[in-house]
Amino acid sequence: MTTAATPAKPAPPLWLLAELTYRCPLHCMFCYNPLNYAENKKELSTAEWVDVMRQARKLGAAQLGFSGGEPLLRDDLEELIAEGHRLGYYTNLITSGVGLTEARIARMKQLGLDHIQLSFQDSTREMNDFLSSTKTFDLKARVAALIKKYDYPMVLNVVLHRFNLDHVAQIIELAMAMGVEYLELANTQYYGWGLLNRAQLMPTREQVVRAEAVVSEYRARIGNQVKILFVVPDYFEERPKACMNGWGSVFLAVGADGIALPCHAARTLPGMTFPNVTEMSLHDIWHNSDAFNRYRGDDWMQEPCRSCDEKARDFGGCRCQAMALTGDAANADPVCSKSPHHQEVKNIVLHNMIKPVSTQQPVIFRTDANSKQFFLG
Amino acid sequence: MSTQDPQSKPKLAKLFRLQWEDVQQNYVLLYPEGMVKLNHSAAEILKRCDGVRDVAGIVADLEATFSAQDLHDDVDDFLREARSLNWIN
Repeated sequence: MTTAATPAKPAPPLWLLAELTYRCPLHCMFCYNPLNYAENKKELSTAEWVDVMRQARKLGAAQLGFSGGEPLLRDDLEELIAEGHRLGYYTNLITSGVGLTEARIARMKQLGLDHIQLSFQDSTREMNDFLSSTKTFDLKARVAALIKKYDYPMVLNVVLHRFNLDHVAQIIELAMAMGVEYLELANTQYYGWGLLNRAQLMPTREQVVRAEAVVSEYRARIGNQVKILFVVPDYFEERPKACMNGWGSVFLAVGADGIALPCHAARTLPGMTFPNVTEMSLHDIWHNSDAFNRYRGDDWMQEPCRSCDEKARDFGGCRCQAMALTGDAANADPVCSKSPHHQEVKNIVLHNMIKPVSTQQPVIFRTDANSKQFFLG
Repeated sequence: MSTQDPQSKPKLAKLFRLQWEDVQQNYVLLYPEGMVKLNHSAAEILKRCDGVRDVAGIVADLEATFSAQDLHDDVDDFLREARSLNWIN
């Protein structure tokens, strides 16, 4: 048994992501939420969330993200922010901006909210509104101004794909004009609705190369004025991402229904039962549950990961991606060129380059009606 | 620039929060969606970046607190690094 990467007692979680609700006014085609999110409308109560936050803080989590769905749809968000602040978390609100009125933004500042991450879908109104299947561009622009008016640090998040990769320069200009501290250019990760719409979203290699060049050029020119985080489009890579910095390593997500997850997308893994915070303490979940221990360390690895000298760096990549693309979550993430399935990833990329968009299946937006098709049959 | 402006009064940038983490038993810098673990000396220097003390004042306080000498160059190096990371201004 290799024990080097399998400590007897796991290090504490550093991140608690509270996915407060799966309700969302947007219908983004690349959403990572589960396809069947509408199946389970049950949400944890305020008291249950407060309990989760207290337990996670005690375990060691210092970063707290309020996400969803759209967290602003929870009427108790302010109460949860206040409690998060009192507990000593650095509190992050991850929002579409829909519902963020001046009154709420001012109140959240008083209550100790530390930072707001606002999503835009594009630098243009037309594409923003198309991708999210809403008319939200102007509203988001007003919210961005409010966030800076109330002196919050701000991350502007834009998910990138075929439809907007060529707008990267305009998106960076938009971020500079807004005065944001960070711009997260997140190339689509293909989970949930993103995986469903992969054929439409997958860019060409030329688009990726051009966008990377634009980002480098801006970084050199604007320095620290806006810090640009570029989440690589991993299908185009030769080595996998160090997903979640390792399974059960630093990240703990709790879904609206109380399911605890080592990564946002882990619900898609078949044959796994994820514990619920209403039935098990977070301490037990983090330290003792089968779900959180399943892919910790490297004992679970198969070849080529098991004997790979890079396994401590990338942890074999992403379990959910290995599952989605190879049918076995314990396989190497096929983004890795050492994976026997790597050619299939290259084929997906290639296939999308040669296939005209017009012949592809229609886009499927993240709506309750579409979601219901995934569990009603 | 090889040394700090001696007149400058380093102050932790607004974007960062310096905080003791009991579970980790160390100080951390918290910022949007991120965290830096600080070693002991980095934390002791940053705690004194209050926008009131100049570099000499920070050095003098550290030397007095830890009964140490000749800390100026180390502190200066760290502050330059911290400034390049935008931790202080």
